[in-house]
Amino acid sequence: MAIFVDKNTKVIVQGITGRDGAFHTQQMLTYGTKVVGGVTPGKGGTQTHGVPVFDTMTEAVKITKANTSVIYVPPQFAIDAIYEAAEAGVKLIVCITEGLPANDMLKVYHYLKSKDIRLIGPNCPGIISPGLSKVGIMPAQIHKKGNIGVVSRSGTLTYEIVYQLTNAGLGQSTCIGIGGDPVIGTNFIDCLGAFEKDPDTRAVVMIGEIGGSDEEMAAEFIRKKMKKPVVGFIAGRSAPPGKRMGHAGAIISGSSGLASDKIKALNAVGVPVADIPSQVPGLIADRMKKKVSVPRAKKAASRAKAKLVKKGASKKVAIKIAKKAGKKKR
Amino acid sequence: MKIHEYQAKEIFAKFSIPIPKGEVTSVPDGARQIAVRYQRPVMVKAQVHVGGRGKAGGIKYCKDPDEAFFAAQDILGMNIKGLTVKKVLVSDAVDIASEAYVGIVLDRVTKKAVIMVSPAGGIDIEEVAAKTPEQIMKFGVDPIMGLRLFEATKLAMFIYKDFTLVRQCAIIISKLYRVFMQCDASLAEINPLVGTKDGSLIALDAKIVLDDNALFRHYDLEALRDFDAEDPDEMTAKKADLSFVKLDGYIGCCVNGAGLAMATMDLVKHFGGEPANFLDIGGSSSPEKVIAAMKIITSDPKVKVILFNIFGGITRCDDVANGIVKAVEQLKPRVPIVVRLTGTNEEKAREILQGVGMQATSSMEEVVKMALEKAA
Repeated sequence: MAIFVDKNTKVIVQGITGRDGAFHTQQMLTYGTKVVGGVTPGKGGTQTHGVPVFDTMTEAVKITKANTSVIYVPPQFAIDAIYEAAEAGVKLIVCITEGLPANDMLKVYHYLKSKDIRLIGPNCPGIISPGLSKVGIMPAQIHKKGNIGVVSRSGTLTYEIVYQLTNAGLGQSTCIGIGGDPVIGTNFIDCLGAFEKDPDTRAVVMIGEIGGSDEEMAAEFIRKKMKKPVVGFIAGRSAPPGKRMGHAGAIISGSSGLASDKIKALNAVGVPVADIPSQVPGLIADRMKKKVSVPRAKKAASRAKAKLVKKGASKKVAIKIAKKAGKKKR
Repeated sequence: MKIHEYQAKEIFAKFSIPIPKGEVTSVPDGARQIAVRYQRPVMVKAQVHVGGRGKAGGIKYCKDPDEAFFAAQDILGMNIKGLTVKKVLVSDAVDIASEAYVGIVLDRVTKKAVIMVSPAGGIDIEEVAAKTPEQIMKFGVDPIMGLRLFEATKLAMFIYKDFTLVRQCAIIISKLYRVFMQCDASLAEINPLVGTKDGSLIALDAKIVLDDNALFRHYDLEALRDFDAEDPDEMTAKKADLSFVKLDGYIGCCVNGAGLAMATMDLVKHFGGEPANFLDIGGSSSPEKVIAAMKIITSDPKVKVILFNIFGGITRCDDVANGIVKAVEQLKPRVPIVVRLTGTNEEKAREILQGVGMQATSSMEEVVKMALEKAA
């Protein structure tokens, strides 16, 4: 299952002939993502890495039946690219581009909301459901298919933590970078809610940073709505106030947006926050043992296995059949 | 980007928000001459990018040109919260009957421009919000509709009872919203909005913060940048397309990605060290960027060691390694360098570094510990 992107994700790359667009089209194709088309006005009719290029999104979506777009165009055209994708009828837009004017994003946000279109980003690494689909720029090889959902406001810090999870044998269901800007399309709560519903996700890692109050709101959501265990990490404990730390949204203004407040809010709802990235896998493993009982699928499987063994079937066959029983239950 | 009060007032004037007559000068005699021309008492106000100027003695009332001269002499060169005053605004002193607050900020939660008004003006709005929140009225503007006059009028009625003032105020709020949207501001504030004894409203102070992401379409506003008021290293970094923030410590950090850069600083601190800076070399990092980054870091005499933490994604580790080698050749840094490389083209990068006798680890924790050892 995973969330937001899977085997059925059909992608159009906006800005496919640009340097980043072309490179990542190739990377996504290599990973197995269904990149069905690209758009660069004036380059219609050509191909990039074997992918057909169109002049407009409307044309691209009409012909390819794509449901997703990923945006690599320069910032001065990115707002327009989002609107064009929305008008063309895709249901998911992933905006990698950094540097979009915030006041424009206010309009974009409310417009997309009214059309029920999901935007991930801007200023984000994208989204990957390991083994299924990758829509973005993250290095694929550090990911591993599994049951941990990862949601983060950062790019490379997410890679760092995913790398540590994978090294510890903890695979991921979906990893989403929601972006480092003050106004983003999808926030922590949207992702936490989706992970809670996703049968492939058993626990969630949430990577926040200074600025805004998204983490505090996520804490409130976890308290009210989540049963699956969540582990946190917050970057910027040592950041000075009033300074923009790279990301447009990573700024402590006045007394709001402090790392300590976010950590306090998460701890208060029972979410442990790692002091350093390397503690994340341990905390997750610990939480999963504690909180997650044997999932229904496994229970069904073990019941079926016991029955068959009783009937005298060989162990190997029993396991095979039992696995099927488990899958059905899901 | 922050701009000065006098610059914000110039923008107000363009949108016909009433402001007191004023001029800016950088010499005491200039202040005297302005006061002579105005033939009225004036205010001499420090122009620095920081709040609390009044409390720090950076704003003075002067009843004649001589006083204006001496006030300007005192204020120019004054240090307010670490910033040196290089310019003063000399403006008409206004007879104050009432002081209110009108401000617009971008609200990250509701994704709207939020207008805040309060009859308690002239003081820090955060203070009002903490002590007497009932004195503040907030309204989130529908970004697609824009602000309508009846909405502005409701806000104005929260401040004033007298309808001649309500009408003036509603128009000022509407104009301020236009400033906010058309200039791509992330903050636009009038504090205080003053009611004068003759029954008119005037913006006694003006504050505008501009969205850096939108400056590409505001050449006129970009020109308002005060290079004197910005940290020179931060400006150099900006030109090289790096984001840099200076800190007090001695471990120079060079990282790709803002989140990882913050986490690296935090880790340095966690193990008992002090980071000298935040530095994000960004995504597709060319060797030139690495050289520029090293130049900035090594220009800080407090730096005892340079720490590279690179997680290759779009950033290719070999690009960074080449940059490090070139930078060492060119700059001959006086301090040791420790390197962590993981991800895209990691092996190639290691070979490049080994060629000049340098080693790289693949663990973030290890490299931070190494840096601390070298700095000890």
